Amino acid sequence: MQKTDKRKPVYTRKLDFRHGRVEMMHGSGGRAMTQLVDQLFIAAFDNEYLRQMNDQACFPVGNGRMVMSTDCHVVTPLFFPGGDIGSLSVHGTVNDVVMSGARPLYLSAGFILEEGLSLAVLKRIVESMAAAAQAIPVPVITGDTKVVEQGSGDGIFITTTGIGRVPEGVHISSERAKPGDKILVSGTIGDHGIAILLAREDFSFYGTLESDTAALHDLVAAMVQTASDIHVLRDPTRGGIAAALNEIAYQSGIGMLLHENRIPVKEQVSAACEFLGFDPLYVANEGKLIAICAPQDADRLLDVMRTHPLGQDATIIGDVIEDSHCFVQMETRLGGKRVVDWLSGDQLPRIC
Amino acid sequence: MKYIDPFRNGAVARKIARKIAVEADPHRDYYLMEFCGGHTHAISRYGIPGMLPGNIHMIHGPGCPVCVLPVGRLENMIQLAQTPGCIVCSYGDMLRVPTAQGDSLLKQKARGADVRMIYSAADALQIAQQNPQRQVVFLAIGFETTTPPTAVVIKQAQVLGLTNFTVFCNHVLTPSAISHILQSPEIRELGLVQLDGFIGPAHVSTIIGSKPYAYFAEEFQKPVVIAGFEPLDVMQAILMLIRQLNTGRAEVENEFTRAVLPDGNLKAQRLVAEVFELRRSFEWRGLGVVPYSALRIKSRFAAFDAEQRFALPVLSLTDHKACECGAILRGVKHPRDCSIFGTACTPDNPLGSCMVSSEGACAAYYRYGRFREHNNDDTAKIH
Repeated sequence: MQKTDKRKPVYTRKLDFRHGRVEMMHGSGGRAMTQLVDQLFIAAFDNEYLRQMNDQACFPVGNGRMVMSTDCHVVTPLFFPGGDIGSLSVHGTVNDVVMSGARPLYLSAGFILEEGLSLAVLKRIVESMAAAAQAIPVPVITGDTKVVEQGSGDGIFITTTGIGRVPEGVHISSERAKPGDKILVSGTIGDHGIAILLAREDFSFYGTLESDTAALHDLVAAMVQTASDIHVLRDPTRGGIAAALNEIAYQSGIGMLLHENRIPVKEQVSAACEFLGFDPLYVANEGKLIAICAPQDADRLLDVMRTHPLGQDATIIGDVIEDSHCFVQMETRLGGKRVVDWLSGDQLPRIC
Repeated sequence: MKYIDPFRNGAVARKIARKIAVEADPHRDYYLMEFCGGHTHAISRYGIPGMLPGNIHMIHGPGCPVCVLPVGRLENMIQLAQTPGCIVCSYGDMLRVPTAQGDSLLKQKARGADVRMIYSAADALQIAQQNPQRQVVFLAIGFETTTPPTAVVIKQAQVLGLTNFTVFCNHVLTPSAISHILQSPEIRELGLVQLDGFIGPAHVSTIIGSKPYAYFAEEFQKPVVIAGFEPLDVMQAILMLIRQLNTGRAEVENEFTRAVLPDGNLKAQRLVAEVFELRRSFEWRGLGVVPYSALRIKSRFAAFDAEQRFALPVLSLTDHKACECGAILRGVKHPRDCSIFGTACTPDNPLGSCMVSSEGACAAYYRYGRFREHNNDDTAKIH
């Protein structure tokens, strides 16, 4: 509600963000819900589209191709070193949008809140989300909130949808990898997954590792400007780079040969994986990308990635090869060779 | 990583590989069994077979804790999971092992059973303390490495006077399994399977020491080299086995001197002896009934024995009929000899236990090894 508005608000007492909790009435469509939307969501995300206060946001569409992507965010714990579910829900969707080479334009946000969630926690999350969106900048122009009974949720689930526009002449798609192409990664792998794991209380060891959660729009824009014919971009989130590369190999009908000693992994991530019997290739990232391009573009692309803060550790990790089996193979640091297969189920700790 | 990277050094690996290539006799074959799943995992993960001459064959042994658990014991676990009010806890891989009907603890969890994945035995004890109104059963599996931690929690539960904590003990013993393999008619009498030497367990040997292997070397005239789980350990052990075989020796050698002593960890052994005693016999998946090959909880700790508290029946059930895990665990067959390998049985939908854990022969071969055949029958070109 705008400050110039002469109408009296429909509620009288302010929301108690210090001691209050989410109650069923916050999702039931009454005054309490309007108050939560007004005093929390609109206040945090404030923009001209939200202020229309309609059931939908009406926005202009430019020329060219649009992209749209949606992503559901569930994470335990809600706050972790390097980020929280709020910033993650912005970065995750923005990154999915920009992996087409697009510039992100708008976001929507859907919140499923669990009865009993502290309003202070909710406020912290929403403000972090707003800050992440502002930093890009990309406005959150529409949203929805539902409340589920205690025990039916994990505090908060956030679904965001993003819309972006692809620049003229850019055609980035997972089926475009060709034999001979180079495979690049923008930095160290596995930081997010291990940071989350270390932040969980049921682990008796800890570290100073932070999640890499970040929006990659700026890095991608710089890359697209330098080499407009990038064949494939992918952010290797769940399942790590192993899952992302297997998907690309399958979609493009090609094989890959990676070199283990060229894949950047932080010492802390290696050590944690060693303890747990994990393989960093399968651990999630939230601020990294894989790029596949023609060999003649690789060095130029690498240079521009390395000059960007989010791509300083970028490196070429392998080659696209002909292979009707679509195997992702890897030369191990020992000098042997193996298949880097799809992940089956979750990664599980080894027993002895 | 300090203490680990030196054992993964590519230049050293190539040096050892060259020595192996020079010293291995081209006029014969070498069949070496790595008993432990940890070695199977390392061999696959680092692509070691590709660095060995073609006449050195690595045979994956039965040392994978979830692979050797018989279906009957798994059914017992599922019964426990279905018991109202019961929380069952176990290590990750255990939850995915399938019965012949395709049931598993993970599937029970999806149907509402309270099944928890834990990282250590101590986690199970903690769950029991946090849930005094519920019965908490720790499904204990594994070889000598995981046995001392189970002994510790049983003793702690006694000190704490817990009445809601029990252990379903499935701990098994490495030496009995090795002698069983060596005594099998396929190897000893029929000579159908050639087995020239063993890479001895790493972590298991830190507990039991190197002495228990002397019997195999002596009685069966098979060399044993105890090795660590790092890839250079494995390669060095292969070289040491080849040197023994070339000179007609059959001795126990210790490559893993940085962790394994001749007598092992006496404190851990005393702890295990205090809480557990030998079972007369125990069924192993693949190996059948093996005498004196497993442990049970001693009567003075009976209050913490799930078999007694829940009066669990002894079930002897058969595996899925197409599954070749048994023969694969004995080293008689290779995963690719199994008709359902990679078709009906995959890591996503395992029918046999060897396809579950990354230490299982089938899963390791499926995940890491297939490219070898593939590269031989196809031309994967690098541009």
